[in-house]
Amino acid sequence: MTDARRTLDAVWRMESPRLVASLTRLVRDVGLAEELAQDAFVAALEQWPSEGIPQKPGAWLYGTARHRAIDLIRREQNRDAKYAVLARTLPDAAPADAVVDDPVGDDLLSLVFLTCHPVLPRESRIALTLRLFGGLTTDEIARKFLVPSATVGQRISRAKRTLAEAHVPFEVPQADEMPARLGPVLEVVYSIFTEGHNATSGDAWVRRDLAEDAMRLARVLAALLPREPEVHGLVALLELQASRFDARRDGVLLPDQDRSRWDRTLVAHGLASLDRAVALGRPLGPYTLQAAIAACHSRAARFEDTDWEAVLALYDALAQVAPSPVVELNRAVAVLHADGPTAALVAVDALRADPRMVRYHLLGAVRADVLLRLGRSDEAAVELERAALLAPTPHERTLLRTRAAEARGSGAPRRTTGPRSPTS
Amino acid sequence: MKVLVMVTASGADEDAVAATEEMFTEMAAYNQQLAEAGIMLGGEGLQPSRNGAKVVFEGGSTTVVDGPFTEAKEIVGGYWIWEVRSLEEAVEWAKRCPTGPEGIRGALEIRPFATLEDFGDAYTPEVAAQEEQVAATIRATHGE
Repeated sequence: MTDARRTLDAVWRMESPRLVASLTRLVRDVGLAEELAQDAFVAALEQWPSEGIPQKPGAWLYGTARHRAIDLIRREQNRDAKYAVLARTLPDAAPADAVVDDPVGDDLLSLVFLTCHPVLPRESRIALTLRLFGGLTTDEIARKFLVPSATVGQRISRAKRTLAEAHVPFEVPQADEMPARLGPVLEVVYSIFTEGHNATSGDAWVRRDLAEDAMRLARVLAALLPREPEVHGLVALLELQASRFDARRDGVLLPDQDRSRWDRTLVAHGLASLDRAVALGRPLGPYTLQAAIAACHSRAARFEDTDWEAVLALYDALAQVAPSPVVELNRAVAVLHADGPTAALVAVDALRADPRMVRYHLLGAVRADVLLRLGRSDEAAVELERAALLAPTPHERTLLRTRAAEARGSGAPRRTTGPRSPTS
Repeated sequence: MKVLVMVTASGADEDAVAATEEMFTEMAAYNQQLAEAGIMLGGEGLQPSRNGAKVVFEGGSTTVVDGPFTEAKEIVGGYWIWEVRSLEEAVEWAKRCPTGPEGIRGALEIRPFATLEDFGDAYTPEVAAQEEQVAATIRATHGE
């Protein structure tokens, strides 16, 4: 790739989300808007290398695309009812700059509520959001998810068709709808992050790359919706988790991580985002609570210094707002450290009857930790062997088998490790 | 990738650049754009070099030089930390930074942060352990 091309790619990533958003408002069709944006980009590819990149590339691209849109609408208005409607509402007077520099970012917000709309299947939401709101190409998305480019292309075009057929409006939800509509948007961003965070195949680069994409989307959302605490909570959660990527390489769990490898810039930014979420003074939502738990770990100089009372209280709150057996299991780990193994065993055993947990390897892993603390190492070994059979990746299988052998062999209590939970 | 972006200008020009309200407004708008793009992780401005000092190691001796550093070709006036997808993207953002008064030479120096891989074999387990100790002390003192 030439330098000029790389520069243009960077400009595309910077400008295309706003460009597509403004054009969608103009032509009321996100698919057509993207085509127009790409046409403008092709024009830029032809002109910029010889004429130089304009002072305001975004305005140039928007002006070019808008010009084409208006031509197209005028040309088609006699043949196609859709264009006839558009022709009647053409905002001829609006200067190109005003639309691109839209200070509120309403167009961009409308765009993300469109790409994350619940009418779309989960994978389509992710692909469309990365492509339109994140400015990534289909090839880039395909590489990140290790699927063929054609598959992603199909997902995206089907998603655009679905949005058009369902007449999903291009708009920012009203304040009273906001909490319900924001949920799916945050979920998409979080899914992108966890795809990277939990990637079982692919190298470290892929994981970090997706996580960075997700953090960036979350920060853009936070700038667009500064009064929504859960958006700041999500930023904080992602950043605090990502701050430990270097330290948790090869699956090193929280208690054993070399904390000097935590990214202090991300920790500082994540803690500041958490403060912003809390300062809005509304009841804490699930993302903010998980971020607050992660922050307890970020603030502890050593694992032994963790404020487990605080962690436990936050898990209690999380179990209220987002009840799930996985939350209960993580809560049990906090019980182990705050109240000791006897109380923790009660908490863990309460989960054993839950059908959702029967095949969940971390239940056995946590139960084994508790049993080891109680000196019941033979039972712990059995739990670990069973957990190894359920583990989803070879790496985790090996780790659990090793621990089983240790428990079986020495009978001596080893250092306890938590599950790979939202806090690790 | 995380990059450090240093705002530099010639030491001789330092006093010529009296900050105006307009400059602050422009810079605030630029910072807002960086935040809205989701790339801004942090940044701060520095006081003029006349309030600073330099400790110089040369030929086995150590000397202290008080500011201002009028002879310096490039002195740092502030910095940002950005998380970008490529150096090209950082360059494009840097090009959009508001410029100072005419006739003043300014530069933004963009430098990616080193990762553990970049240190190679020099980053021994002993060094890692030492860093961990330092980091623990910092966290204990600053609560973060």
